[in-house]
Amino acid sequence: MPSLRAIKRRITSVKNTQKITRAMKMVAAAKLRRSQDRLMAARPYAWKMAEVVTSLAQRAAPESHPLLAPREGNRWEVVVITADKGLCGGFNSNVLRQTTHFLGEHPGEEIGLGLIGRKGKDFFRRRKVQIKREYLDIFRALSYPIAANIGQEILADYLQGETDRVYLIFNEFKSTMSQRVTIRPLLPITPAGPVKEDLIDFIYEPSAGQVIDELLRKYVEVQIYQALLESAAGEYAARMTAMDSATENAAEMIDHLTLTFNKARQAAITKELIEVVSGADALKG
Amino acid sequence: MEEKISLEIVTPDRQLVKEMVDEITAPGSEGYFGVLPGHIPFLTTLKIGEVAYRRERETRYLAVSWGYAQVEPAKMVILAEIAEPAEEIDIERAQRARMRAEKRLEEKTEELDFERARAALEKALIRLQVATKKLPQ
Repeated sequence: MPSLRAIKRRITSVKNTQKITRAMKMVAAAKLRRSQDRLMAARPYAWKMAEVVTSLAQRAAPESHPLLAPREGNRWEVVVITADKGLCGGFNSNVLRQTTHFLGEHPGEEIGLGLIGRKGKDFFRRRKVQIKREYLDIFRALSYPIAANIGQEILADYLQGETDRVYLIFNEFKSTMSQRVTIRPLLPITPAGPVKEDLIDFIYEPSAGQVIDELLRKYVEVQIYQALLESAAGEYAARMTAMDSATENAAEMIDHLTLTFNKARQAAITKELIEVVSGADALKG
Repeated sequence: MEEKISLEIVTPDRQLVKEMVDEITAPGSEGYFGVLPGHIPFLTTLKIGEVAYRRERETRYLAVSWGYAQVEPAKMVILAEIAEPAEEIDIERAQRARMRAEKRLEEKTEELDFERARAALEKALIRLQVATKKLPQ
């Protein structure tokens, strides 16, 4: 059995760790609230945008715009969104595992990665993959212009024919308890949703081509923004959950150690008593 | 008139308006246009300007910068990059932005900077214009 002092030291150390995990949990909870609000606030825009783009794309022939037309080529870009920090359970490893899996499933394609978040960079830097672009530390002050910027760069490559297809892999925020890794095709734009029967003809200003072009580009930016917000909210939720269970585990450990400590103390007292008694007996005899 | 048109104004940060209104005017890229219920389907880009919508006798104003408007007979959706209701505009900030932009315009710089400064000035001017049209509290 370890000495009393050693156990005592252990308890203090676990208590300190628990303090840290508890503080991290609180911080994550506060940040989660904020990013969740932002996510909810951004959803109407994304949905309305998707609605408009869908109705547009159904009217327009896919060949009419480079962003709508599917291409044969095998140069793909996969944009992976991870967090900048760890200590958030399986949040990062889930995305990275899915990405590795995805890469393994498509050995014939020439895939370049776009990495958003430090963890993704750290993971893929040591592996044999082509990294097209990296964005680090963008979650601290996440804003629409940042997403728009990333979108522009991806679009530029795509329109110049550098890439033939683009996917997004990120954690979708389902609820505080669950985040799901989502793989979403980004380019070419494939309209989702039910096909409406009564397609009305629109009047376009300044011109159909220009409106469609601008809208489609914007749509790509919005999709990236939405994915970033989902990932940010998911990260804080995951961290909060992870730190909550870490705090609980620490409490359990403290209980266990306290029990051991008490037992050891009891044993020590008993031992001392026996020594005193037997010492006295020896003197008497 | 009984008939109304549903108006939704959303920006990437929030949903600003979702209500039934009588009349809307918006800054289309080819000039301001008005929308009444039963409007023909119409899709346009927006430029920097003022959106006004009237419900019965009350007219509200917003400053918007860039975006799209999709009009159908019974509904209109405005997707704006930035939109500020008159009530929320910080006049002092807009004044400062205007002065900054004017100063930048005076200095001779490259083409791109000039465009940006001009847009900034336009935005500031519209914000100031819209700010004067607050609803009486």
